Amino acid sequence: MRSDITVLIVAFSYLALLFVIAAWGDRRAEQRRSLVNSPTVYALSIAVYCTAWTFYGSVGRAATTGLSFLLIYLGPTLAMLCGWMLIRKMIRIARAQRITSIADFISARYGKSGGLGALVALIAVIAIMPYIALQLKAITVSYAILTEYPDQTLPALSLSGFLSDKAFWVSLVLAVFIILFGTRHLDASERHEGMVTAIAFESLVKLFAFLSVGFFATFVLYSGPHDLMASAAAELPHLGRRFGLEQIPGGALGWFGTLMLATLAFITLPRQFQVLVVENVNEQHLRRACWLFPLYLLLINLFVIPIALAGLLGGSATGEPDNFVLTLPLSAGLQALPLLVFIGGLSAATSMMIVETIALSTMVSNQLVMPLLLRWRSLQLASRPDLSGWLLGIRRVAIILILILGYLYHALIGEAYSLVTIGLVSFAAAAQFAPALLLGLYWRGASRNGAAIGMIAGTLVWAWTLLIPGFALSGWLDVSFIEHGPFGIELLRPYALFGLEGWDIYTHALFWSMLVNVGLLVGISLFSRQSHMEQTQAALFTNALRPEAEQAPIWQGQASRYELFMLLSRYLGLPATRRLLGQQPEPGDDSAATPAMIAAAEQGLTGALGSATARILINSVVRGEALDMPSILSILDTTSQTLEYNRRLEQKSSELAQIGEELRSANERLRELDRLKDEFVAMVSHELRTPLTSIRAFAEILHDAEAMPAEKQQHFLEIIVRESERLSRLIEEILDLARLESGRMTLNPERCDLVELVQQSVDAVTRLYEDRAVELALKLPDSSCMVIADPDRLQQVLINLLDNASKFASDADSQVLLTLAPHKRHYRIRVEDNGPGIVEAEREKVFEKFHQIEQARKEEGQPAGTRPRGTGLGLPISRGIISHLGGRLWVDDPQQLGGACLIMELPKAPEEDNPSGSCG
Amino acid sequence: MKRNEQNRLLALTLLALLLFSPPLLLLFDREGSWGFSTLPLIIYLIWAVLILLAALTLERPHEE
Repeated sequence: MRSDITVLIVAFSYLALLFVIAAWGDRRAEQRRSLVNSPTVYALSIAVYCTAWTFYGSVGRAATTGLSFLLIYLGPTLAMLCGWMLIRKMIRIARAQRITSIADFISARYGKSGGLGALVALIAVIAIMPYIALQLKAITVSYAILTEYPDQTLPALSLSGFLSDKAFWVSLVLAVFIILFGTRHLDASERHEGMVTAIAFESLVKLFAFLSVGFFATFVLYSGPHDLMASAAAELPHLGRRFGLEQIPGGALGWFGTLMLATLAFITLPRQFQVLVVENVNEQHLRRACWLFPLYLLLINLFVIPIALAGLLGGSATGEPDNFVLTLPLSAGLQALPLLVFIGGLSAATSMMIVETIALSTMVSNQLVMPLLLRWRSLQLASRPDLSGWLLGIRRVAIILILILGYLYHALIGEAYSLVTIGLVSFAAAAQFAPALLLGLYWRGASRNGAAIGMIAGTLVWAWTLLIPGFALSGWLDVSFIEHGPFGIELLRPYALFGLEGWDIYTHALFWSMLVNVGLLVGISLFSRQSHMEQTQAALFTNALRPEAEQAPIWQGQASRYELFMLLSRYLGLPATRRLLGQQPEPGDDSAATPAMIAAAEQGLTGALGSATARILINSVVRGEALDMPSILSILDTTSQTLEYNRRLEQKSSELAQIGEELRSANERLRELDRLKDEFVAMVSHELRTPLTSIRAFAEILHDAEAMPAEKQQHFLEIIVRESERLSRLIEEILDLARLESGRMTLNPERCDLVELVQQSVDAVTRLYEDRAVELALKLPDSSCMVIADPDRLQQVLINLLDNASKFASDADSQVLLTLAPHKRHYRIRVEDNGPGIVEAEREKVFEKFHQIEQARKEEGQPAGTRPRGTGLGLPISRGIISHLGGRLWVDDPQQLGGACLIMELPKAPEEDNPSGSCG
Repeated sequence: MKRNEQNRLLALTLLALLLFSPPLLLLFDREGSWGFSTLPLIIYLIWAVLILLAALTLERPHEE
């Protein structure tokens, strides 16, 4: 019908158009009028998700397993709904760390681990290769149907006839396209604007083609969906209840499992990571993509069921369900529409192959080949003047190899192995990246070992439960192990692991692989230690959306500008290096590169080579090494130690200040005491001199005047005797005080009765009181009051108190009251007078030695002679004695007479068998 | 404001998950006209409404 030539011309013209569009996109990018800088283009580029598998396979799935085809698109819808949180976080991290692929992302998250990156790259290549083959098969089959219709026998695939296989030529053209637009330059960010423009255009083409077929099937072949459904119900009665849950493999559980699978795979498929994260120009674009891309999915799925129904109604004219999209317009005898459909399918296939190949080749060159080469023959590589050509070369070889492998897969086993299932099998493999990726984004504790072992184990379970049985069913292996398990071990049957039966194979595989993967990741992470690098990266990843998460790379070492420049230009080429570091320095330039330059260089290299390799390279030129985590931590440690010392110093100095303050006050006290001592000495000298002077005066009078009446002589002698007594009393008191102060006062404590002592003391002062005309009242208990005391000293105290009271009692109607009473475990003796009393502030001072100065002043108004002045030592001595005896002596508020009130308190003596003690 | 938007989107995602999984899913699977299940129609409708809600949440004027 349609000549081969026409189809070929149209197909290759379409591919040529892609070249033009991509070249235009790149040109615009160079002119800084980027086409890609639009949220709509971004959303359309994400639609690379819809491959030939969508384009042809959805209708096939709808015709055979009902609504299950929708799950592949509902999953991404779920992912995009929360994409503003999840994918934006990934974009921000990828931008900050110049991440170029999902392998790089996972490697960077777990401490820039080279091994983990290589693992991810390896799994991705194994899992995605069949997926690329699937696209090639779709091209071959659709071309055959288009040119051979109505003959629908599928073309025999074999390697010998590859020259006549259009898929081979298409992949060749694609290889050229990808090399041209995917590896034009080694930019710091692996962005390919021309390619993204072409992908967005292809998304529009496939959507338009599919909607056209849908419109044709629904509204041209039949007069609307009602007509279509009525016809289907009438002509296909055996269909029963179409598109219900029971038609879906595994029922409701299978539905849920496949939904989860699609959600996870959408985020982790390498090509989706490429367009979602790496090719994103502005994270605000995600805002629109989050709803526009689901809308795109909705539109492209809108006519799947009508086309499937129309195809089923077409009977033998439409043939296999997988080809309905093409055979439906063909069976109606149309000319242009089948060609449009072919182009739509071609665009779906090519867009997927382009992006997937770029993503895989970046991973292969950055995570697998370059690290190996650098390690293997680092000397030769390091001596090369320009490595940027090398890098591009490796990537180009990787692209060609991937496409050739894909083609070989397609040509050799494509016929045998049901390729339609490979889509979901690839999904399940890509989903193995999800735990390491998603947990790594939100759980800081996820560790490298956990991620690696979880991923390996999950992939092994995936291979056992999906990949190997798939090979077996294609006739490559004996299928008996599926039925009976390997070596007859029933528990290990790949489709019913551990006896879990009745699930559809994808949900079953997803469940077991995720259980193992997540379980090991979490378990091992909880029981292993992270390296410092891992901890830093984990913190940077988990906090990526916080505003303060601006990372500041710290470099301690030094590198000369020239060396750094040469390193970068070797890998990135001159223009890119100039962009990053500015003008080329002189060859002999030894000036040190700034930390910002080293950081920029590392980021530039990371963009081209992956984080792990970039780090090794930078370390090779930075003398004194990049500041690694342990040294940062030790710096932190030192700082915190310094802080600790500071804190202690501060504490010490405040202690010193306090001690200084205490010293100053002690000094002041000493000065005060010194002053008091001087005063005392002056006073004592004065006191001693006064009686001495009068004694001497009277003695001289007696000596000189012989003719003195005997009566007068007698009077003078009396004065001399009295003054001598006073002098000796004074000396006695001074000695007492000195003894008290030096602690040499000897007391002879014994049991004695206070009442008795009081009586004796009162007897002693009776004369004095009568002389001074002071009335003394006593209040004593009837029983004896036993205390342990030195009776002589106690009596001295009592006499002193009574003497003082009599001195200070009011002049007119002088009264003194002595009260003895028990108080708790003590006895209290209170001596009160009705004098002027002692003001509150003075009450402690009266017990200071020599306080008598004040007293003396008070006494000035009193008639001299009647009330002899004290020495000012009585009360201090009394207090010293009482405290030696374990009691207290203080001045209290007056209670009855309103004058001074002194209270003496002594502890009660312990009970004895013979309470009546004697005082000695 | 920003927090609010994220919370809405999170709630929307959870709502979508709820609507797309059993047991609510089982409720949608009823016999419709001509022996077809009502499931496809309802799923498409829910899908469209979710997209609409997401668009309304994300495209409302936002300061950046």
